[in-house]
Amino acid sequence: MGTAKFWAVSFVVAAAVLVLTRGLIGNEYFFFAGYVVLQYIVLSTAWNILGGYTGYTNFGVGAFFAVGAYSSVVLHKLSSLPVPVMILVAGLTSGILGFGMGYLTLRLKGVFFAIATLALAIVAQTLIVNWDFVGGSRGIYVIRPQQAPLYGSYVQYLYSLMLILAWVSVAIARTIERSRLGLGLNAIRDDEAAAEAGGVPTLRLKLISTTLSGALMGMSGAPLPYYVTYLDPASSFNLSYAVNSVAMPLIGGMTSWVGPIIGAVLLGTIQQLATVTISSALNLLIVGVLLILFVVIAPNGIVGLVQARRRARLR
Amino acid sequence: MFSLDLAVNAVVAGLLLGGFYAAVTIGVTISFGMLDIVNIAHPAFIMLGSFVAYIVNSNFGVDPILIGAVMAPVFFLVGMAAYQIYFYAFEQRGEESIQGLAFFFGLLFVGEVALILAFGVDYRFVEAPYIGPSLHYGFVDLPLRMLIPCIVSLVMLGLLQVFLGRTFIGRAILAVSQDRLALQLMAANPSRIKRIAFGISIATASVAGALLIIIQPVEPSIGRDYIGRIFAICVLGGMTSFPGMLAGAMLIGIVESITATFYGPSWAPAVAFGFLLLTLAVRPAGILGR
Repeated sequence: MGTAKFWAVSFVVAAAVLVLTRGLIGNEYFFFAGYVVLQYIVLSTAWNILGGYTGYTNFGVGAFFAVGAYSSVVLHKLSSLPVPVMILVAGLTSGILGFGMGYLTLRLKGVFFAIATLALAIVAQTLIVNWDFVGGSRGIYVIRPQQAPLYGSYVQYLYSLMLILAWVSVAIARTIERSRLGLGLNAIRDDEAAAEAGGVPTLRLKLISTTLSGALMGMSGAPLPYYVTYLDPASSFNLSYAVNSVAMPLIGGMTSWVGPIIGAVLLGTIQQLATVTISSALNLLIVGVLLILFVVIAPNGIVGLVQARRRARLR
Repeated sequence: MFSLDLAVNAVVAGLLLGGFYAAVTIGVTISFGMLDIVNIAHPAFIMLGSFVAYIVNSNFGVDPILIGAVMAPVFFLVGMAAYQIYFYAFEQRGEESIQGLAFFFGLLFVGEVALILAFGVDYRFVEAPYIGPSLHYGFVDLPLRMLIPCIVSLVMLGLLQVFLGRTFIGRAILAVSQDRLALQLMAANPSRIKRIAFGISIATASVAGALLIIIQPVEPSIGRDYIGRIFAICVLGGMTSFPGMLAGAMLIGIVESITATFYGPSWAPAVAFGFLLLTLAVRPAGILGR
């Protein structure tokens, strides 16, 4: 399937999901939970652009996500822009952060990069904790508009926005995968020195990758203040965002755009069910345990398992 | 605002804090610096050490440092087991990169959540005669709560330095860190040596955990504050050398303590991490590196 066709087909799929869920499901909680699952599709797809395609592990997901969320808080306090505009601004802010991080850590390979991203998350969190304008460590209340624009309830509106964002990020990931950019990124992942020697502009490609990945993560965080209506640094910078964004592509499969979706839908749904039926601490334990099990037993994720089975059948 | 006694006290407190940071970091210097195993789950083992100290201390009133030392062999065995899983799952397959990192990341997270499920998010503390009183020399205060962990940490550092330099196994560990292939050519088994070394690195977490809960009340998620600090110190110190690591620990301790004294404690975490980012960007070989 060509790239243009993929954009069209995935748009139709996203639109169908929107129409069907809004038409068939009357329970408001579905949209509340669905928003989180969609948010994780965006986060894990964004993580996979850098982690899966380029081979650089980002543990600072929380930083990008929260910077996106806090950029919305700032805009909310200063103006009354519509949420889609806030999403774009958040994308810009976190994109710049991603570019900066990429630039600062260009010389670092693998592990050091991963540790630097963890450090970045803490530095960003400390800055927000000490910034009184956005509530500091006490957090801040964000009042939703009474009336949702367009249609339905406000949660349904945010759900629709996140669905669009999920469609765009998956389509971007698929486009990268099939382009020269994707080939270059894969070359960096497999052997950076060889890629450099082979004429791949590794520096430029890595910067594109960190910027894009950061921007998408920030965009997924932008509607968060309106979704939770109360934002504080401890929860928005939570390590669980990083664990989930790492676990989902790893469990789904990192080599293809389908992997993060499978992982996000699977883990996201399990977590939502576990939160409702058992407890919210336990659902994090489930993610951690599944992550460990998968990297030990099936390092290429569910997509890897399916591919291996298909190959075995052909033989 | 600025006064001499305050500054001197901040530096002294920083030195004591740095001494304690050395105990926290030494395990990672062994696993990450020498063995190339990126054990980002080390803080989770330290938390485990703290909670073991807390349970035994609150039930039987035993001295926390003694508990840390007695439990070290148990942690040693846990470490050997963890390495064995890591070896079969990653090293043997030659997949040490993202999956290996994610393995330890998952372990860190599971450790934290399991402790939260078992103990909740309340702050826990231990009781010992040296928590509370301080020594005074002129205007300099030496709280025993900080001084004793610092001394214990330095003793542990000294013992390990002697162990690595003087004993057969210690030298073998250094050999693994310098050239794994050469060791294999000498008919030695690098993974056996690495298993022992990783066990030792986890055993230090038992002591470090006991020291931590003496210095401050502990709840399961404070472990993650130490990830960046530990790796900052390890990288600052040039990865493999204990003296370098101690210098890095003291530096971070002093800078954090001065920041906390003059700008407020909420800024302290950013300092260590900012330092780490700067070191990684400007001088990845560390302050004492080649």
